[in-house]
Amino acid sequence: MADAVFLALAVITIGSAIAALELRSLIYGSIALMGTLGGIAGFFFLLDAPFVALFQLAVYVGSIAVLILFTVMLVKRELIFKKIEDKRRKFAGIGLMLVIMVSLGAVFLDSGIKTITTDEPAPNFRDIGIDFVTYYWPALILMGLLLAGSVTGALVLAKREDVENDQRAS
Amino acid sequence: MTSELVDFTLVSVALLGIGIYGLAVKRNFIRMLFAVEIIINAANLNMVAFGRFLPHSGGQTMALFSIAIAAAEVAVGLSLIIVAYRMYQNVDIADFRSLKG
Repeated sequence: MADAVFLALAVITIGSAIAALELRSLIYGSIALMGTLGGIAGFFFLLDAPFVALFQLAVYVGSIAVLILFTVMLVKRELIFKKIEDKRRKFAGIGLMLVIMVSLGAVFLDSGIKTITTDEPAPNFRDIGIDFVTYYWPALILMGLLLAGSVTGALVLAKREDVENDQRAS
Repeated sequence: MTSELVDFTLVSVALLGIGIYGLAVKRNFIRMLFAVEIIINAANLNMVAFGRFLPHSGGQTMALFSIAIAAAEVAVGLSLIIVAYRMYQNVDIADFRSLKG
């Protein structure tokens, strides 16, 4: 059965995921999203995957959450606090969420994964490094190209074309 | 280790449900991006948990790939939000009837 650290992490992760979607202010919402991402990093530590956990902290909590915060700050003030949703849709969404949780949870609880336990040591980062440079090296190169392409694409998309004479340039 | 594989999968299912709720209900572009992030993290948690319990290093490798690709996706998604906000002065997706420039 689960221990206290696991339960605390689960409460933090799921609670802040709900808060990220339901808090009125988008700024507090993105800070709650940071809590979810940090909680997932805690789960990675529990699963003996410190390398993935630190990667998660560096990439998600460190850069993605800050990027989201800056984007929220670019949006108009009243839009940050405005909640746009209708009631019927909300109840339908809650029903959909409960159906998914109950059905998938029942499938998992009924399946054979309850009996999977292991005493073997966890795969360490040496194995991951060997994976990256042997079997997955084409995927690694493609991922590098994809990251470069996406950052360039993001810059091109966000470039302003309507400004004729930028005051800052002169 | 006292937690079992099924505990991690149940947390992951809960996060998936919350993410799908957010995608279905919210009409704010930024909140939908939050929901997508939550779903991606649920998937990563599953991959690392199965990789720990099988045990196989492929789970962690795939999780690292997934985190890097999610970073790329967020960069493009946020710049799309900025472009759409500049065009419509709004972040409501019901207003984004056409995205052509």
